[in-house]
Amino acid sequence: MTQTQHDRAPGDRPVLADSEDGTSSGVLVYTIGLVLAVILTATSFWAANTSLLWGPGIPLGLAVLAIAQMGVHLVFFLHITTGPDNTNNVLALAFGLLVVIVVVAGSLWIMDNLNNMTPPSEQMNMQMQH
Amino acid sequence: MNVAVAIETLQPESLPSASEAGPASKRVVVAYGFWIFLLSDIVMFSALFAAYAVLVRSTAGGPTGADLFNQASVAIQTACLLVSSFTCGMMSLAVDSRRRGATYAFAVLTFVLGAAFLAFELRDFSGMIASGATPQHSAFLSAYFTLVGCHGLHVTVGLVWLAVMMAQVAIMGFRATVERRLRCFALFWHALDIVWIWLFTVVFLMGVRP
Repeated sequence: MTQTQHDRAPGDRPVLADSEDGTSSGVLVYTIGLVLAVILTATSFWAANTSLLWGPGIPLGLAVLAIAQMGVHLVFFLHITTGPDNTNNVLALAFGLLVVIVVVAGSLWIMDNLNNMTPPSEQMNMQMQH
Repeated sequence: MNVAVAIETLQPESLPSASEAGPASKRVVVAYGFWIFLLSDIVMFSALFAAYAVLVRSTAGGPTGADLFNQASVAIQTACLLVSSFTCGMMSLAVDSRRRGATYAFAVLTFVLGAAFLAFELRDFSGMIASGATPQHSAFLSAYFTLVGCHGLHVTVGLVWLAVMMAQVAIMGFRATVERRLRCFALFWHALDIVWIWLFTVVFLMGVRP
């Protein structure tokens, strides 16, 4: 009971009441994670190479599969949960993801805008010659 | 509400609030600090990903990703890293239950799979460089080698770390400091696999599509 007063360390498995059973249930958790990850990875490779799906939608589908697999790794390999003893870990992760999204989406957005607003290079050369 | 009152009246000192409980154990503090480092490392990777996504079309008339990437090799690398993540988890379980033989066995498996990943990646790199697709050829290739090479560098550091940890287990046994370091290594190795998910999705699978 005294364990619950602090947050759990990231990567720690939940404390089980029956410690004797800990290893076998741990193996089960990792195995489920591996199977799910293999299925998602195989689907990604299939989707990238198939001609059955609508082409322009495939990158979005690949991104969704990657997000799902990231979730599988976080839950089954890193043991991140939504429990009250994991608040600090989840908050740090959420902040990290916020920064990642701002950096990636912001860069793409700004550079796309710049590309659209920059005149073509021939025009630039002419302007420079004047 | 009744339950909460009952717990408070029955055992007032066994469940102190977080502010009264004093500092967390070193095991929690160390792992949390390493978790913060990993997130900052992932933020650094996000900058490299952003650079790659911006520069992916800037091939300067040179080869594109579709010309260069070998999907079979990428699939093998993905399998190696994913299974090594699993064996790393098995190693964590062996450490938890203090089984020395199993710890060594799974550490060796993790090391071999990580080294195989690295061997395939280096083979791809040397093949690309031999065909003239060097990092200085185009902005796309600079971004590609920086992003994928940085992940490969992390895997290399992870392999060295794993070897050092096995030496520490052999010499010092499962004492508290060694166990904390093994825990951090497991976090590091799983985080590298998460970065690789985005690498094979964004760089290789999206890259081979016309």
